[in-house]
Amino acid sequence: MGNLLNISSSPHVRDNSSTKSIMWDVFFALMPATIFGIWNFGVKAAILVVTCIATAVLTEYIWQKAMKLPLTVSDGSAALTGLFLALNLSSTFPVWMAILGSIFAIIIVKQLFGGLGQNFMNPALGARCFLMVSFAGQMTSFTYDGVTGATPLALIKSGDDSTKLLDMFLGTIGGTIGETSTLAILLGAGYLLFRKVITWRIPVCYIATFAIFALVFGGHGFDMMYLAKELCGGGLMLGAFFMATDYVTSPITPKGQLVFGVLLGILTGVFRIFGASAEGVSYAIIICNLLVPLIESATIPVPFGKEGIKDGK
Amino acid sequence: MNSCTERLKNGIITENPTFVMMLGMCPTLAVTSSAVNGLGMGLTTTVVLILSNAFISLLRKVIPDKVRIPGFIVIVASFVTMIQLLLKAYLPFLDSALGVYIPLIVVNCIILGRAEAYASKNSVLPSIFDGLGMGLGFTFGLTCIGICREIFGAGAIFGVEFIPDDFHITFFVLAPGAFLVLAFLTAIQNKLQMPSATNVEKDDSMSCGGDCASCTGASCVANKGIIEAERAAAKAAKAQAAKEAAAKAKAAKEAKAAAEKKED
Repeated sequence: MGNLLNISSSPHVRDNSSTKSIMWDVFFALMPATIFGIWNFGVKAAILVVTCIATAVLTEYIWQKAMKLPLTVSDGSAALTGLFLALNLSSTFPVWMAILGSIFAIIIVKQLFGGLGQNFMNPALGARCFLMVSFAGQMTSFTYDGVTGATPLALIKSGDDSTKLLDMFLGTIGGTIGETSTLAILLGAGYLLFRKVITWRIPVCYIATFAIFALVFGGHGFDMMYLAKELCGGGLMLGAFFMATDYVTSPITPKGQLVFGVLLGILTGVFRIFGASAEGVSYAIIICNLLVPLIESATIPVPFGKEGIKDGK
Repeated sequence: MNSCTERLKNGIITENPTFVMMLGMCPTLAVTSSAVNGLGMGLTTTVVLILSNAFISLLRKVIPDKVRIPGFIVIVASFVTMIQLLLKAYLPFLDSALGVYIPLIVVNCIILGRAEAYASKNSVLPSIFDGLGMGLGFTFGLTCIGICREIFGAGAIFGVEFIPDDFHITFFVLAPGAFLVLAFLTAIQNKLQMPSATNVEKDDSMSCGGDCASCTGASCVANKGIIEAERAAAKAAKAQAAKEAAAKAKAAKEAKAAAEKKED
């Protein structure tokens, strides 16, 4: 009886990844940036991170209990949303506002649209923009080393490029908790690429398009130093590798991912260079999130053997 | 006088323009950033509604059927211009708060809708009360949304602040807050199974949605009987079909059971 053949319908090739394992991979990949943020900004940052994660998980639990839905708290997606939101906040951000933001992310952006897999935009970024619109003052006040000042990106926009590139790369600058250290983010991104949780398409297209846009329209000519600072400053790296690659809110078709990346790059460039504020990554990502269904329907791959037929029919 | 009170109730509750019919969404979303603005917009619209309904009802036999819409618009636009000039003179703060939305009352679909559906077919007094009821219903809807947005966004009701400045959520005073509050109020309505445009079972084959209960025209009363008979027949046919299917399934099951018995 040892030779029993297992007959089943396709798919025949599977791997062991699940929602849970992917969420924990991303969680783990964010650890360098989180730990660096806490080291950089101190206890306040740690309190914000813990509060956001706890509120997000608790909100999801209470909502699903109250609505008599299957509990999905253990898949880690709510915890991840909380962590993302915390990494997008300034370390001096009031805790109660962060709690409000987490509740907004989970209930309004995620659960009201049907929970994980149905949310129309990245919950953490939706909440960030909600907080940005509501509490612009607290969201854009950055304190570093006890001194409240503008972020390097805002300084560059106003024509002051005294910030050292090395500081911006390592992250010893002011900003939101998770965005300052390009090095820590790249470490995490490398892990995700190695684990094949994300592909290169969205981040590479995004960053490359933004770089070209900044070179052409930035008004600094072919200045590599300016470009490097624009790339290392603000939330571009965090957004490109972690936020824009969110499975639910990015296209699944390979061509669509390229289009998505290019659109993100152009929008971020427009917001940063022509917009009123120095940063525009979060708005660019949530606007492109809304375009994803359109991008996907326009880039459905032609099945093998169907090339000769026009219009995909 | 009975039809007049019926018109009032119809406008405020049964066919509330904001929550039940979902008409005039543009001013509903745009000017309800505070309770006062909502109330002001609602009352301004009410005045225009009463006057335009009255005049359209008076002129209903004079206006030729083919050009009735331009005729209605001319009447409505005249009243809106008058109201706007009065507001500018006596309530300048409301005029600046409502801005372009006052002239836009001309194209408010509630006003043209009432003119077309009621005032052009009925006598003056019920038309005036129809306008008053609809206007008050609209005012009620706008004020509700305005109060919700003001409480969360500015920590106040009718300008009386009771939540300190630090706890204001500006989001609710801005455009996305309007959509969110309206969505939540509608969701509560649907949850409580109150009548509203979003939870009525609609018959798509008719442009009016087949909701004859809310129709007032004389021809509709006759239609109502026919449509309801048709619906009852369709329902009976469906029940019959279901019964037959159930019987068939039962027969098949029995046959199967018998076959299995045989095999044993």
